Amino acid sequence: MATSHIVSAFDEELKFLTRRISEMGGLAEQMAGDSVRALISADTALAQKVISDDVILDAAEREIGEKAIVTIAKRQPMASDLREIMGAIRIAGDLERVGDLGKNTAKRVVAVRDTGVPRSLARGLEHLCELAMNQLTDVLDVYATRSVEKANAIRERDDEIDSVYTSLFRELLTYMMEDPRTITTCTHLLFCAKNIERIGDHATNIAETIFYIATGAQPEGERPKEDLSTSVGATGK
Amino acid sequence: MNMLSETAVEKVLERKMTNAALKMSGKDVCVFYGEKQALYNVNLDIRENTVTALIGPSGCGKSTFLRTLNRMNDTIDNCRVTGRISLDQDDIYDPSIDVVELRARVGMVFQKPNPFPKSIYENVAYGPRIHGLARNKAEFDEIVESSLQRAGLWNEVKDRLNEPGTGLSGGQQQRLCIARAVAVSPEVILMDEPCSALDPIATARVEELIHELRANFTIVIVTHSMQQAARVSQRTAMFHMGLLVEENDTDKMFTNPDDQRTQDYIMGRFG
Repeated sequence: MATSHIVSAFDEELKFLTRRISEMGGLAEQMAGDSVRALISADTALAQKVISDDVILDAAEREIGEKAIVTIAKRQPMASDLREIMGAIRIAGDLERVGDLGKNTAKRVVAVRDTGVPRSLARGLEHLCELAMNQLTDVLDVYATRSVEKANAIRERDDEIDSVYTSLFRELLTYMMEDPRTITTCTHLLFCAKNIERIGDHATNIAETIFYIATGAQPEGERPKEDLSTSVGATGK
Repeated sequence: MNMLSETAVEKVLERKMTNAALKMSGKDVCVFYGEKQALYNVNLDIRENTVTALIGPSGCGKSTFLRTLNRMNDTIDNCRVTGRISLDQDDIYDPSIDVVELRARVGMVFQKPNPFPKSIYENVAYGPRIHGLARNKAEFDEIVESSLQRAGLWNEVKDRLNEPGTGLSGGQQQRLCIARAVAVSPEVILMDEPCSALDPIATARVEELIHELRANFTIVIVTHSMQQAARVSQRTAMFHMGLLVEENDTDKMFTNPDDQRTQDYIMGRFG
């Protein structure tokens, strides 16, 4: 975005989208972090706040979508302007999903409140959450700076989250096998872990969208995959 | 699976297009109006059965280049063209070339519809008559009908072929001019902002027509509307200050152009 548009209102419309994406990002990040904190500390009030904040995030996504459509209709954008607007729509969709995943975790707080989260599992969840939050924070920074190299770095780092998730999956299985009374709690925690892992995936999606906005090309190669949880428990494993 | 095969088909079509035979070619084309140079060493190939759009800000040389393709610049006194422009490999500026015959092979449609002050029928029959393309009334009738059909105008005018062409609406007049250009069976049709004086509906009709004409003709169109260039062309050439700055597949040009000047121009930014 080196130069300005001749029609300055177009610049304002693009700035509006960028600003709203950043705001959505901030809220989604906070919701996701709060949901895990509420889970571990059994804080139902905080969980309730996450659940009610989701409405704000949903409205923001709709607003971005509508503004983007109007901008396309009015300005008929070309080249990087077009990619910028399409990118905003896609990123808003990813952030809205991040909020949904946070909300889903928050809803499970009540179910696991009575039994509590075993210490070692809490540490694992916190670590997973920290990794996912770092990815989300970094990708939002990259959105502001449009650094292609950093977008690629985020994409490469997703495998770390996947491998922590896989080990957490194994740990939860072990708990359930050792003490069937923990099955209810552990199943909820399994979903929570999956939610967090998915947040990492959305951060990766956003990184790929930013790469496309900046270069006009799709990022090359498969993203690294370390999520082996799909084969945990399979014969021979 | 379905998506895959569709992409495969597109790829084949794309390859066919990029491999399309060269119809016209400009090599090192320079144009001077008196002392002033309007085009600098333009190298541009025009492929057969392809719509090539020429875009760029006013005064960039796109219309000048278009006019070199059928020597319309000859009509301007102090205009001088250097370099080589070929049609099927023949140098069109060679002294042995008959300019009248050249313009029958490379027809032109102008910005403002300019029908002759004659009947609709005569407007279309005029070219075939001077080029001796028909021997009798029946043959003329056939050329007039098929040309008007091709220009998508036949159904609107078939019952009033003897009325003056100037009595038609602007959009109909422009399609009449396209019928007139098509009537002499040209190989290339040059269009200089053919829709700039038309409303959106008439514009859509002409664009649809360009799309259909592409099967039989090679088309070069100058347009100020980027959206129009994106809609109707397969190749786009961007001119700026007398230079050809970028020539690319249209899809690439409007989503991810290579040249910064193209980028600034199509996105409406300060260059």
